[in-house]
Amino acid sequence: MPSEFSRDQIAAIAALARLELDPAEVELFARQLGDILAYAEQVRRVDTTGVPPTASVVTRHATDRADELRPSLDRDVAIESAPDPALDAGFFKVPRVIG
Amino acid sequence: MTSDRMTTSAGITVRSVRDDVRARARSASDVCRAALARIESLDPHLHAFNTVVGERALARAAEIDRDFDRWRDRPLVGVPVAVKDNMCTRGVRTTASSRMLEHYVPPYDATAVERLEAAGAVIVGKTNCDEFSMGSSNENSAFGPVHNPWALDRIPGGTSGGSAAAVAARITPLALGSDTGGSIRQPASLCGVVGLKPTYGRVSRYGLIAFASSLDQIGPIARTVDDAALALNVIAGADPRDATSAPEAVPDFTAALTGDVRGARIGVPRALLEHGVDVQVSRAIMTALDTLASRGATLVDVQLPHAEYAIPVYYLVATAEASSNLARYDGVRYGFRAAPGASHPAPGTQHSAPSTQHSALGTMYAQTRARGFGPEVKRRIMLGTYVLSAGYYDAYYLKAQQVRTLILRDYEQAFSGADAVDAIAMPTSPTPAFKIGERVDDPLQMYLADVFTVSANLTGLPAVSVPCGFADNGLPIGLQLTGRRFDEAGLLRLADAYQRDTEWWKPAPPIVTG
Repeated sequence: MPSEFSRDQIAAIAALARLELDPAEVELFARQLGDILAYAEQVRRVDTTGVPPTASVVTRHATDRADELRPSLDRDVAIESAPDPALDAGFFKVPRVIG
Repeated sequence: MTSDRMTTSAGITVRSVRDDVRARARSASDVCRAALARIESLDPHLHAFNTVVGERALARAAEIDRDFDRWRDRPLVGVPVAVKDNMCTRGVRTTASSRMLEHYVPPYDATAVERLEAAGAVIVGKTNCDEFSMGSSNENSAFGPVHNPWALDRIPGGTSGGSAAAVAARITPLALGSDTGGSIRQPASLCGVVGLKPTYGRVSRYGLIAFASSLDQIGPIARTVDDAALALNVIAGADPRDATSAPEAVPDFTAALTGDVRGARIGVPRALLEHGVDVQVSRAIMTALDTLASRGATLVDVQLPHAEYAIPVYYLVATAEASSNLARYDGVRYGFRAAPGASHPAPGTQHSAPSTQHSALGTMYAQTRARGFGPEVKRRIMLGTYVLSAGYYDAYYLKAQQVRTLILRDYEQAFSGADAVDAIAMPTSPTPAFKIGERVDDPLQMYLADVFTVSANLTGLPAVSVPCGFADNGLPIGLQLTGRRFDEAGLLRLADAYQRDTEWWKPAPPIVTG
């Protein structure tokens, strides 16, 4: 792990994250992400042979609920907070996807 | 102003307000008007609130007064409450202190909000916080920082800084916060109030704007442990809308507050406290432990050998979960959408971009997120995206989850066996509140503020911060106690016993006393 990221690496991560960065942000994150990961390197020194990962600390789940219809948000209510709702059609509108 | 001054200096509590309203010594409307008046006089200095809902609050209070027989016996009847602005309130703007949600009005209530209102509480406003609850100082709010009521040039802590400041400034006796890495306890400590992070699963997260789902938990901020217990009674319990909420029975937490801590064993991880702790903080903690010992608790040394890895583990796990959770903010279904406009892609962005990035839709996603998110949120999304990406997942994310297991085992060991302890004590924050602006350019330094708080989130254990002193410059210091899973009752008994013997929670900050 380099202590500083290259601009190309930062750009590749930003593309995966769907984030447009300006050049100043690229410079800043190249340095800061490098610093933070250099600090985080210490966890890689811990011997974790045979140790299972913990993704959740839930110890006991509530019983499964019956799979039946229940009231939920009205469709119009659900889509009216959208930046560009098509209320008549019941859709979210988005910019052109192809081309 | 005179009557308001008298009320604040007497120090209203959740219990005293509830009892007054119940006895009709004060109407819910009077109580509500007084809280709104305090917001009006104090909040211009504190900036604790993103949104104040005066009319809505007065209408609810009037309804309680009008239909009194129906409300009289509710556990929080007439109690004014401030709610962190990352919990959904139906019909009331809920922003998470982000430009992304600046105009978002949720069509539903968070379960914790619904339960508070059903208990007779009156929500007066939504409190400022770090954007999407990412930060340790409340400086990451898109709407500007909150000021600490004890020193206006200092941070109140984060991320529930507005909630802690509102309670410390006596605006409301109760606030809800959320805690992902210390976001209830650290601001409670730095503002001189009580903050409880319940066991993971104890309180439903339905309607809480997600940051890191395996760590997030809602809890109360109040001035007394008794008040925190009253609030936990109301918000705790299983919820079919949150599959991670716990089926464990909810006891009456106030019944546990007997003052009797004889025989309780409190673990002290002395090795952990040797480095990086402000000398006035460690002195206050040691004195607090002596106080508990003089009430009959026994202090024992405990080892938490993996605690030193808690910060790096936390920032790997939390950012990974955040990058996934915040993928939903894409300008399609709710929140901000960037208008089509000039793009300024960073050098190299184009050739490494997936195909959708070239479409109008892909551009809209990337520009919406570029303009809707602030710097800390972008930094964490970037870090989380990296640690989850192909080739690095095992080295960082999986490794962090394995070390998380080792941290969990340290605590399990301390809480079990013949030498088991009932709680583990340490400072909540290694230092009192720092100055606004002091750490903004150094994210790593900012992350280190969370060194004592993140373990309770990684392990899911309940933890409480209780006021235990003041530094020479008058800033509050907090004692943190971590308890057994789902044993908030035992944890609160210790914290309450401590409050009975001390007066650190009583003085009002200068902004209140004038």
